[in-house]
Amino acid sequence: MLSTVGLTHYLVVAAVLFTLGVLGIFINRKNIILVLMCIEMMLLAVNINMVSFSAFLHDLAGQVFTFFILTVAAAEVAIGLAIVTVFFRNRGSIEVDDTNMMKG
Amino acid sequence: MTTDMYFALVLLPLAASVVAGLGGKRIGDAGAMAITIGGVVTSLLLSIWAFIDIAVLNGSSVEAELYTWISTGTLNLSFGVLIDKLTAVMLIVVTGVSAMVHIYSVGYMSHDPSRARFFSYLSLFTFMMLALITAPNMVQMFLGWEGVGLASYLLIGFWFKKESANLASMKAFIVTRVADVGLILAVLTTFAVFGTLSFSGIFPSLDTVAAKDYVFFGHSFPVLELIALFLLIGAMGKSAQFGFHTWLPDAMEGPTPVSALIHAATMVTAGVFLLARMSPLFEHAEAVLTLVAIVGAITAMFAASIGLVQRDIKRVIAYSTCSQLGYMFFACGISAYSAAIFHLMTHAFFKALLFLAAGSVIHAMSDEQDMFKMGGIRKYLPYTYPLMWIGSLALMGIPPFAGFFSKDFILEAAYATGGDMGLMLYIFGTAAALMTAFYSCRVMFLTFHGKPRASKEVMHHVHESPWVMVGPMMFLCVGAVLAGWLGHGMTDTHWWNGAIYIAEGHLLGSHEGLEEVHHIPLLAKFAPLVLVLFSSWVAYWVYIKRSDIPARFAKAVDPLYSWVMNKWYVDELYDLLFVRTARALGLMLWRRGDENTINRFGPDGMAYVTTRGSEALRRLQTGYIYHYAFILIVGVMALITWFIL
Repeated sequence: MLSTVGLTHYLVVAAVLFTLGVLGIFINRKNIILVLMCIEMMLLAVNINMVSFSAFLHDLAGQVFTFFILTVAAAEVAIGLAIVTVFFRNRGSIEVDDTNMMKG
Repeated sequence: MTTDMYFALVLLPLAASVVAGLGGKRIGDAGAMAITIGGVVTSLLLSIWAFIDIAVLNGSSVEAELYTWISTGTLNLSFGVLIDKLTAVMLIVVTGVSAMVHIYSVGYMSHDPSRARFFSYLSLFTFMMLALITAPNMVQMFLGWEGVGLASYLLIGFWFKKESANLASMKAFIVTRVADVGLILAVLTTFAVFGTLSFSGIFPSLDTVAAKDYVFFGHSFPVLELIALFLLIGAMGKSAQFGFHTWLPDAMEGPTPVSALIHAATMVTAGVFLLARMSPLFEHAEAVLTLVAIVGAITAMFAASIGLVQRDIKRVIAYSTCSQLGYMFFACGISAYSAAIFHLMTHAFFKALLFLAAGSVIHAMSDEQDMFKMGGIRKYLPYTYPLMWIGSLALMGIPPFAGFFSKDFILEAAYATGGDMGLMLYIFGTAAALMTAFYSCRVMFLTFHGKPRASKEVMHHVHESPWVMVGPMMFLCVGAVLAGWLGHGMTDTHWWNGAIYIAEGHLLGSHEGLEEVHHIPLLAKFAPLVLVLFSSWVAYWVYIKRSDIPARFAKAVDPLYSWVMNKWYVDELYDLLFVRTARALGLMLWRRGDENTINRFGPDGMAYVTTRGSEALRRLQTGYIYHYAFILIVGVMALITWFIL
C-alpha cells in the first residue's frame, strides 16, 4: 500500500500548492507579477483538487470544469499583465509597497 | 335679522383684513383703506340693526352655529354667535369706536408708508374682538381673547424700527400671557367640572355644581370659586388691573388711534365683559367677588395717583383708563355688573374721544407728547379744543355728560351696598374721582391754556387736523354727551333680559335695591360732584394762576412725589423679582443645561465620537492588497471553522 498513490496524496499536494500561493501573496513585498503568479498557483491547486475528486468519484464534470477554469485563468492573467504594464508605465515601478494609492 | 347677517357682522372685518393684508401691494393703500373701512362700517350698521332688534325692541337673544369647530368624544364646540343684550351693547361699542378709529386713521396715518398693513391689523383686531364678544362658548371666547392680544402686539409694535415700540409690544404680550394662563385654567376646569364649554350648557347646571368640591392632587377646592378666581386672573391681565397694569402705559408706544381703539375703548374692557358674561358663575363665588372689588378699588386709586404726575399726555390718559377700569371692576365686585357695562360703554366713547383728541394735539405739535412743552394752543385748534374739553368733563363726571351718570351710579351703588366693604369702595372711588378731575384739568390747562412753551418752529406749524380726523371725534363726542342719557335704563338689571344674572340677595338683584341706590343720603350723593368741582378749581389755581406752585409742592413732598412719579416702583419690583430671576435662570439653563449637558453629550458629543471613530477606522483601509487578502483569508477561515464546529 505504501507505493500506491491515492486521493490523499493529490489533496496534500494541492493544499501545499494553495498554501504556498497564499503565503506568496502575504509575504511578497516586491513584485506584483509574483502576486499574479501566486494567484495562478492557487487556481492550479484548486484544479488539482477538481481533477483528483473527478477521478476518485468517476465523474467527468470535475475535469470539464478544470478546462473552464484554465481558460478563465489564462484570460485573467492576460488582463492582469496588461494592467501591470500600464501601471508600470504610469508609476515607473511595480513594487507591491508602492501600490497603495487607494488607502483611506 | 337673519343669522347670516350676524355672521356677516363678525366676518366682514376678517375678510377685509385678509384682503388688505395679503393684497395690500396690489390694491394699493387707498384700496386697502376703502375695503377695511367699508367692512367695519358695514359691521357698524349691522350692529346698530342688531342693537335695535335685540336691545331696543326687546327681541329674544339669538344663538346660531356657523360650523362645527371641534368634535371629539365629549367635547363638541361650534363656531358661532350668541347675541343677547350684553353682546348687543358691546357690538355698538366695538364697531362704533372701531369704525371711527378707522376713519380717523386715514388722516392720522396719511404720511405712513405702510398704511395697508396698519388697516389690515386694525380690521383683524376688530374681527377678533367681535369673535370674543359674540362667542357662544368659552373656547371661541378664548380664541378672540388671544386674537385681540395678538392684534394689540402687532399694533403696539407697528413702528417696528423703534426699539421702544418693540419692547413695549413684547411687554404687553408677555404680561397678558401670564394672566391668560388663568383663563386657560378656567376653561379647562370648567370642562372638567361641567363637561361642556358652551354658556347655554354651563349656566343652567351651576346650582347642581355649586356645592361640589374639585379634587386635584389630593387637595379639594370649592369648584366655582376656583373657576371664578382663574377667570379673575385672566380678566385682570387683559384689563390692566393692579399687578398686571404695567403693560398698558408702555403700550402707548403704538400709534394714537390704536391707543384709542385697543387700549381705551375695547380690548382692555374685555376683562369687564368677561366678568359680566360669567356673572352667573361669579354670583356663586362670594369670596372671589370680594376680591374683584378690592382689586378694582386699588387699581382705581393707584392708577389715578400716578396719572397726577405724568408728563406725557398719552400716559396720563392711559393711567386714567387703568383707573376707570378699576371702577368697572369694583362695580362687578359689588354685583353691579349692569353699572360696570354702562360705565364701559360711556367710557368707551369719551376715552376714545380723549385719545383721538390727544392724537390730534400730538399731530398739531409735530409729534410732541410732553405736556410741559405745549400750552396756549387753543386758538389754533378750534375743534379739537372743545371736543377734548367735553371728553374730559365726561371723564370727570360733570353733569350732563355721560361719565356723570355711569360713574355716579357706581359710587352710589357702592354706598348703598353698605358695610365696611361698601364704604371703603365708596371712599376709594370718590378719592379716585377727585384725582381724575385734577389730572383731567391738568391735561387741559397744560395743553391748551397758559402761555406757549413750545419752540417757535413748532408753534408755527400748529394747525387744526383735517376733517377726516375731526369728524370721527365729533361722532364720539355725540356718544360722550348722549350715552349717559340714552343708556340710563341699563342700570336696571331687568333690562338685560337674563344676559346678566344677579343673585337675589345682592343689591341690584331686585327693584327695591335699585330704588335704594337712587335714594342714598344727599350728602353721599353729591359729595363726589362737589369734590370733583373743588379739585378742578385747585387744578385751575395751581396751573393757571400760580404756576409756580406745582414745582414747589413737588419739592416739599419729595419722597411721596418720587414714589408716585416712579409709578409706585412696580416696574422696578417686577424687574427685580421676575425679570432678573428669569434671566439668571435662563442663563444658567443655557450655559449649564443646554451647552454643557445637552450639547456636550448630544450633538457635539456624537460629532466628536464620529470624527474620532472614523479617523481610527480609516487606518484599516491601507491600500495594500496583501492586507485585504489576509483579512479575506482569515475571514473565510473563521467562517469555515464556525460552520464545521
